[in-house]
Amino acid sequence: MEDNTIICRCEDLTLADIRAMIKKGFHNPQEIKRLTRCGMGPCQGSTCRELLLKEVAAASGKSIGELEMTTFRPPTKPIKAKSILMGGDHDEI
Amino acid sequence: MTSLQKPEIAIVGGGPAGLSAALSAVRQGAEVMLIDRDPALGGQLVKQTHMFFGSKKEYAAIRGIDIPGQLMFALEEDGKGKFSPILNTTVLGYYDDGVILAEKEEEQAVLIKPQKTIIATGAAEKMLPFPGNDLPGVYGAGAVQTLMNVYGIKPGTRVLMIGAGNIGLIVSYQLMQAGVEVAAIIEGAPKIGGYLVHATKIRRAGIPIKTSHTIKEAYGNKSVEGALICSLDENWCAVPGSDLDMKVDVICLAVGLTPQTELLWQAGCQQKYIPELGGYVPLRSEKMQTSLPDLYVAGDVACIEEAGSAMVEGKIAGLFAAADLGYDEKVEERYHGFSRELEELRAGPTGAKIRQGLSRLNGGAEVC
Repeated sequence: MEDNTIICRCEDLTLADIRAMIKKGFHNPQEIKRLTRCGMGPCQGSTCRELLLKEVAAASGKSIGELEMTTFRPPTKPIKAKSILMGGDHDEI
Repeated sequence: MTSLQKPEIAIVGGGPAGLSAALSAVRQGAEVMLIDRDPALGGQLVKQTHMFFGSKKEYAAIRGIDIPGQLMFALEEDGKGKFSPILNTTVLGYYDDGVILAEKEEEQAVLIKPQKTIIATGAAEKMLPFPGNDLPGVYGAGAVQTLMNVYGIKPGTRVLMIGAGNIGLIVSYQLMQAGVEVAAIIEGAPKIGGYLVHATKIRRAGIPIKTSHTIKEAYGNKSVEGALICSLDENWCAVPGSDLDMKVDVICLAVGLTPQTELLWQAGCQQKYIPELGGYVPLRSEKMQTSLPDLYVAGDVACIEEAGSAMVEGKIAGLFAAADLGYDEKVEERYHGFSRELEELRAGPTGAKIRQGLSRLNGGAEVC
């Protein structure tokens, strides 16, 4: 059942992929994110973050609030290079 | 080249919370820039074709879709020269120095350095892990509502609704109104989560609501052709032999919302995981001020609730963001009125979960 249950749609990760990482001893969502790219695709984790946290919490016997949260960085969504090129000067700020 | 814009107050998100915050702030006399990613203001209200409950002050018995127009009318009247909405613009980042980076029309960078910022970004739909959950035909309830009520497109012909909270019940009813068959509503919990008045309307129309049921898998060749569901025992474990095959072409997930807090994380304000409030939510004072003094919150990003309370939170955030800039006329009196409204909306059994979550957020026992 876990093999074709998608957790991260953007990066094509299944429940089996996530559980394999946990089995290897990674009990930290931040580590799993960095090693698998879970949550690093176009939607920036809006679908999978909660699912990843739940899996790690269940496996490690911790509550979600006790886990290390993944880092959030700009941009919140994919952007065109054009937007960056047309951006403002640093000096203005 | 983009020049740096410096409004007194920037509000991110033009849903019920953001619009109310804008109105409240301009009424105090502050200058407000409202940023929204959509082409029209209103947020999720633009697809709420049903009438609202709650307090009369917060638009009870008015259809959700009619609320943004009323707020916009008031903003045009009271916010002359002070209110500037920027549409089709997505905020991409909130930086340490209080600068907001946004992208307009998907091609132009916008830099904004407001004195105060109100984050009213709302919520995102939760996903459910099950085999086949990536098949075309698996939708979030919000997406189905957008397709039907904003674009006039039917999502399919026969729907399995997952989740019997208010969203699951209301969207099921709207599917029926659109002429789409709803095969069943299933709910993992032993009780219907939404209001009984919605549930009875559904039951009268002959749609079964199966509590203590979950989806085991979705199947289909290129898109959803059916789903296997099963019943759950009191420990939420599948009951052997209870599988039921349902032929549907749409599976609609209404399994809850989670606050869209990414800008708050970027900003570095303190947050706490409170399941009753939908997940991680920012710590804030009664002024709706976060742990960062220039950053305020309102609406679902602060606590998954309803549009009514989101609007009152917006009024409070807008009031104090303006007051902190010196526009402090009648602040105490106005705050008193708003906080009483909020209390009324959260009174009674339906507000129990929210009250419990808020008390935990404000230093109550740690959640496990």
